[in-house]
Amino acid sequence: MSAAADHDAHHADERHVHSHDHGHDDGAGHGTFKGYMTGFVLSVILTAIPFWLVMGGVFDNKQTTTLLILAFGAVQILVHMVYFLHMNTSSEGGWNMLALIFTVVLVVITLSGSLWVMYHMNTNMMPMSVHDMRNMP
Amino acid sequence: MAHSATQALGTADTSGFYDLRGEHHPENGTMLGFWLYLMSDCLVFAVLFAMYGVVGGSYAAGPSPKDLFDLPLVAVNTSMLLFSSITYGFAMLEMQRNRQSATLLWLAVTGLFGVAFVSLEIYEFLHLIHEGAGPQRSAFLSAFFTLVGTHGLHVSFGIIWLITLMVQVTRRGLSVENRRRLNCLSLFWHFLDVVWIGVFTFVYLMGVLR
Repeated sequence: MSAAADHDAHHADERHVHSHDHGHDDGAGHGTFKGYMTGFVLSVILTAIPFWLVMGGVFDNKQTTTLLILAFGAVQILVHMVYFLHMNTSSEGGWNMLALIFTVVLVVITLSGSLWVMYHMNTNMMPMSVHDMRNMP
Repeated sequence: MAHSATQALGTADTSGFYDLRGEHHPENGTMLGFWLYLMSDCLVFAVLFAMYGVVGGSYAAGPSPKDLFDLPLVAVNTSMLLFSSITYGFAMLEMQRNRQSATLLWLAVTGLFGVAFVSLEIYEFLHLIHEGAGPQRSAFLSAFFTLVGTHGLHVSFGIIWLITLMVQVTRRGLSVENRRRLNCLSLFWHFLDVVWIGVFTFVYLMGVLR
């Protein structure tokens, strides 16, 4: 295969290792130093802010804080997907992305469906006080 | 029939829809297969997250997240996993440059960060159990231990896999097979970091807010 030639190419342009895609010697997307560092710095920022928001008690309104940290979490997941997992629409002929989209749909249905249904089940159940709960068999 | 087959042969170079010459097989299906495994693993975690979301408020008159969670410890834990992600990235970059010893060095650093993460988590679990907040205490704690414990188990198996690959690379060098294996572990390792984002946001930070 062209693996040996490819490795020579890696040696030859060590300085330009981040400049282009290296063919398909192992079928995986290649990261670059710049890409990994960008992802890392973004992740540190996107991790630090939610922790600061909660530990510092920046907002009095809990709902605002909750929505914000969820948003930061979602963005950080995207950052990891792009810079660490090297997701793009063309890897593995698009099948990676297709599988990911399918999974995301299932995850959203599982999470929102469970939370929605169980929340309403809970609120429509017979009321029970903490005292009742303590004396449950 | 024969006519359409020749036609397909004639256009195989451009369209490639009918793979009559057998040229368009992916050179390596492992990465796609492993990605599909990760997606199914993602569903496992989705179910555990859903379970935690449903019963995360059922304390059974026991301790709540606010009483139990030590956010500075969680922050340190998060940074351990984040550092291990970037060091694994450095290992992959060294692998691309065909530098075996540097790859091994970064893999070792990654493993150490992983061990630090798992150790901190075991310490946290033991501390909770010691305080009487074990998995049997309430539905919230059962869900918590299952979700976070499953993630911790994944990281532990990732460390075992990492050590195995370090031995492989030491013995056989950065062969095509070992590169493929390192790529798979790279996906696995970064995937676990992605799941951890969900854990610290949904379980720890939102738990303290609740």
